[in-house]
Amino acid sequence: MCTYSTERIEVSRSSGKGPAGWFPLSTATVYYDHPVHAPDAHTVNIDFLAPDRGPGARVAVELSLDTARELIAALQTTVERAKDH
Amino acid sequence: MPYDAVLAETVNIHGHGGDLVEAYTARPLAPGPRGGVLVIHHMPGYDRGTKEIVRRFAELGYNAICVNLYSREAPGASPDDAAATARANGGVPDERFVGDAAGAADWLRALPTSNGRVGSIGYCSGGRQAFLTSIEVDVQAAVDCYGAFVVGTPPEGFPLQVRPLADRVPEVHAPVLGLFGNEDSYPSPEHVDELEKLLQENGKTYEFHRYDDAGHAFFAVNRPAYRPDAANDGWQRIEAFYGRYL
Repeated sequence: MCTYSTERIEVSRSSGKGPAGWFPLSTATVYYDHPVHAPDAHTVNIDFLAPDRGPGARVAVELSLDTARELIAALQTTVERAKDH
Repeated sequence: MPYDAVLAETVNIHGHGGDLVEAYTARPLAPGPRGGVLVIHHMPGYDRGTKEIVRRFAELGYNAICVNLYSREAPGASPDDAAATARANGGVPDERFVGDAAGAADWLRALPTSNGRVGSIGYCSGGRQAFLTSIEVDVQAAVDCYGAFVVGTPPEGFPLQVRPLADRVPEVHAPVLGLFGNEDSYPSPEHVDELEKLLQENGKTYEFHRYDDAGHAFFAVNRPAYRPDAANDGWQRIEAFYGRYL
């Protein structure tokens, strides 16, 4: 299916590294849809974007569902630990 | 030996609001007249797979064109970057799509080899947009390949600009060919039933084919969703349908 399913967040005080080097990020979209490169029919895709710098200012990942779940857990653990630092 | 040369190239055409937009065209070089085909790309964009489809229609004897619907957001960008930008912007508004599709149909009709008839075909989100051309654009045939949200309701909080078209079925003015996978969820078999019922009730000319063991994107030869049996039969249905109406 082409789910169209998309979540979008504003991104602040964050950076990404693309083909042209580091740049400040302003938006991220998260969606479950067809990947361009990963081998599954559908993947959890994340695009970190800086629209004011053009379409090429993009850090993209296409994650299998299992990997996406592991990433959520890892983010949760890391963010929780950060409180203690 | 038949003369089968084809010219394939990128051109600029006038789209919605008179904007110049990028398009990919493939045309037989043999004399016409012949029909035209407007190919509408899937949500992942104006990519190599879609351009192959454009060339296939030329090989089948049609003047074919596909507009880059993301030309404005991402001129010159790679298809995946352009699709990501368009998605972050909420997708392509219907009004703008219709203007671009009408511009492409005009471009096809202005070719010296045109017979004045134009068909549309779209995949995935383009399937819904192909259905929309049967309402809003001067086309003589429309092919909807697994377009979601022709009927049905997008989930609450849905960020993309996609409005169902069920209430506009009475305005459909061109024959519609629909090709669907029974394992698809968007559109589900129930959505396909609902659309078929609406077309029947409104006395529209349509032809639907549904394939077992096929889900969404079964025509996409470079993806795991590819189902050769469904795709081969689908191509035959498309050739017969355009043969009849173009």
